[in-house]
Amino acid sequence: MLEKTYYEKADEIIAAHGKGKESLIPIMQDIQAVYRYIPPELLTYVAKNIGITEAKAYSVATFYENFSFDKKGKYVIKVCDGTACHVRKGTLILEQLNKELGLSNDKNTTDDMLFTVETVSCLGACGLAPVMTVNDEVHPAMTPEKVTETIKNIKEAENE
Amino acid sequence: MNKLNSRDDLAVVREQAKERIKNIKCRVLICAGTGCLAGGSLKIYEKLCELCGVDKDAEIVFGEEAAHAGETDVEKSGCHGFCEMGPLVRIEPYNYLYTKVTAGDCEEIYNTTILGGKPVERLLYKMNGVSYQAQEDIPFYAKQMRLVLKNCGHIGAEHIEESLAFDGYAALEKALFTMTPEEVVNVIYDSNLRGRGGGGFQTGYKWKQVARQAEKIRYVVCNGDEGDPGAFMDRSVMEGDPHKMIEGMLIAAYAVGAQEGYIYVRAEYPLAVSRLKIAIAQAEEAGLIGDNILGTDFSFRLHINKGAGAFVCGEGSALTASIEGERGMPRTKPPRTVEQGLFGKPTVLNNVETYANVPMIILNGSDWYHTIGTEKSPGTKAFAVTGSINNTGLVEVPMGTTLREIIYDIGGGIKGGKQFKAVQIGGPSGGCLISTDLDDPLDFDSLTKKGAMIGSGGLVVMDEDTCMVEVARFFMNFTQNESCGKCVPCREGTMRMLEILEDIVNGRGTMEQLDLLEELGHAIKDTALCGLGKSAPLPVLSTLKVFRDEYVEHVRDKKCRTGTCKALASYVISPDLCKGCSKCARNCPVGAITGELKSPYTIDQSKCIKCGACMSNCPFKAISIA
Repeated sequence: MLEKTYYEKADEIIAAHGKGKESLIPIMQDIQAVYRYIPPELLTYVAKNIGITEAKAYSVATFYENFSFDKKGKYVIKVCDGTACHVRKGTLILEQLNKELGLSNDKNTTDDMLFTVETVSCLGACGLAPVMTVNDEVHPAMTPEKVTETIKNIKEAENE
Repeated sequence: MNKLNSRDDLAVVREQAKERIKNIKCRVLICAGTGCLAGGSLKIYEKLCELCGVDKDAEIVFGEEAAHAGETDVEKSGCHGFCEMGPLVRIEPYNYLYTKVTAGDCEEIYNTTILGGKPVERLLYKMNGVSYQAQEDIPFYAKQMRLVLKNCGHIGAEHIEESLAFDGYAALEKALFTMTPEEVVNVIYDSNLRGRGGGGFQTGYKWKQVARQAEKIRYVVCNGDEGDPGAFMDRSVMEGDPHKMIEGMLIAAYAVGAQEGYIYVRAEYPLAVSRLKIAIAQAEEAGLIGDNILGTDFSFRLHINKGAGAFVCGEGSALTASIEGERGMPRTKPPRTVEQGLFGKPTVLNNVETYANVPMIILNGSDWYHTIGTEKSPGTKAFAVTGSINNTGLVEVPMGTTLREIIYDIGGGIKGGKQFKAVQIGGPSGGCLISTDLDDPLDFDSLTKKGAMIGSGGLVVMDEDTCMVEVARFFMNFTQNESCGKCVPCREGTMRMLEILEDIVNGRGTMEQLDLLEELGHAIKDTALCGLGKSAPLPVLSTLKVFRDEYVEHVRDKKCRTGTCKALASYVISPDLCKGCSKCARNCPVGAITGELKSPYTIDQSKCIKCGACMSNCPFKAISIA
């Protein structure tokens, strides 16, 4: 069982979208916006409350790449791997991030729950390639050096 | 804004909106598209608001109490398309376009231009020693025909009053008060407007089909799930001129008798979602969306759905499934979307750019539309030009424009003076065009004949340093990841194709595999369930056809001529250029480089892991890929 506040928050979100099967995706998006992941217990709760089976809710949640059942770091960094970023060497940005944060393809969140690194297929900011976003803030024309600097700045801001 | 209850109400407000713009002495438009925002344009906006004494949170009011009529207006506009040069600031009435502006430039802009009316010379765009004052004279713009994107960058994107002043909702007004729904459908049908999302299907035909269904509950859906990597024209319309697209949807709803609409937007476009939400709220408040629009019997509600990261949802039946709260998987057709689409009801499904074409066709007529573009593909098309090109950005040209005009005249040629190699058009569903295609007109049919497709209009320019085999692998990896897994040809077939391509770029490929790759490609193309699967092999088939020698080199000679495929590269030190400084040896992570100081070093190929650290660290450029 999660803390009571989680269920209260879920009630609030369900009320905002209504109880139909078509509300499932918007509800999960809002839950994820609050907690940065979907606590599995909460999905079960949502399914019951909007009148769909738990299996159905899981089948939808696991289909879409944006939904995660794992806790994410405070800063979610998305590295664009769209065509334009790929052609302008976007993979070097991902490699540098993984190196800086000690992450890999199998482990994408740091132990201190500060950073999560993901790739995303095209952010539509191709003019600024290669691009990465930190919690939806776009960082243009990235270089491995700028990656190091960005990480350093976030860590410093966190320590203050 | 107060609710508009009649055509006259709208006319009054439009007049006030036009009057307001006319009375402004100086209009400052700061690009607030995704690109320029990332470059810091919000700070420029705030600084200029402060300098001009404009309250940035103020709402636009008309008439007596007009806040700063007759003075200066500072607006956040949508994307100008010239993303390479951002952040951009446009200043009217002079039409100066300032490039690469920083917050530090604001005082000079204020003093010299806003107060003085003179251009800030150093911020103007310069090319080949010529500096361009007016935005319209810059070659990048002069050779375009911006109809769909006309307002993008020229109006404030968060105020409906701005849109109204530039004829926003005038086409809706014309349709509602002077045309029957059938007449609207016929104009669009006669215009031969073809779907801008990829397939090029006739929009008017879809509308006709929906209008004649027996079921009376109907939907209008906008596909804003612009997932093709390298395409961002729909994003720019949603961010820069959201009302134009909404107006297109309203006209479609009136034409086919739909009561409700949905806009499905990619979750990766948060700014587009927020601009659309603002636009819808403002249109509702003005009574342009809701019950009895402008006092007529026509009622329409509009919702926004955010995607959740599935490329396949750009396919019609997958998109409607996703709105319904299901897994976004395509289904077998028929029944088609026009018969049983969203919630099993007849549905008009068009993409953003298509809807944005509708208002001008209604306003100017289908004959006018046929004067633009080619016979079978009338109108314009927006292309996102990216990759190895000088002027990255968004361009709009008449259909039938040649690739050469886009790349060289508008795009300013290849970056770094390199050799043009190919253009990948249409993203993961498209193919490659090469130098011999440069002078052929671009339209739906000519590209299909070449085994490519216009797709959503992403043009990724590649130079001599791009490995075409690696590009094919990249796209196959993309579609493989995005395959929904419903049909076997796509789920298993793309996996096998990807495995073969990975073998090839890693030097394990065989000549038999090349034939197998081709055979698989054709089989998937013929048998997959939906458009994603059917077009998934196109990038491979197209590169296999045009760049077969590169594939053969990878397989037979174990060589990648561009040095992109690391596994095939061998790094060598030129004894003539090497000064023996030992920097490479110190940077080599596996100790593969040995030698004596001040005499040439050598790389032990059996130890080398091809990381490239030596090459990027060599101060004398003595290390190259053989």
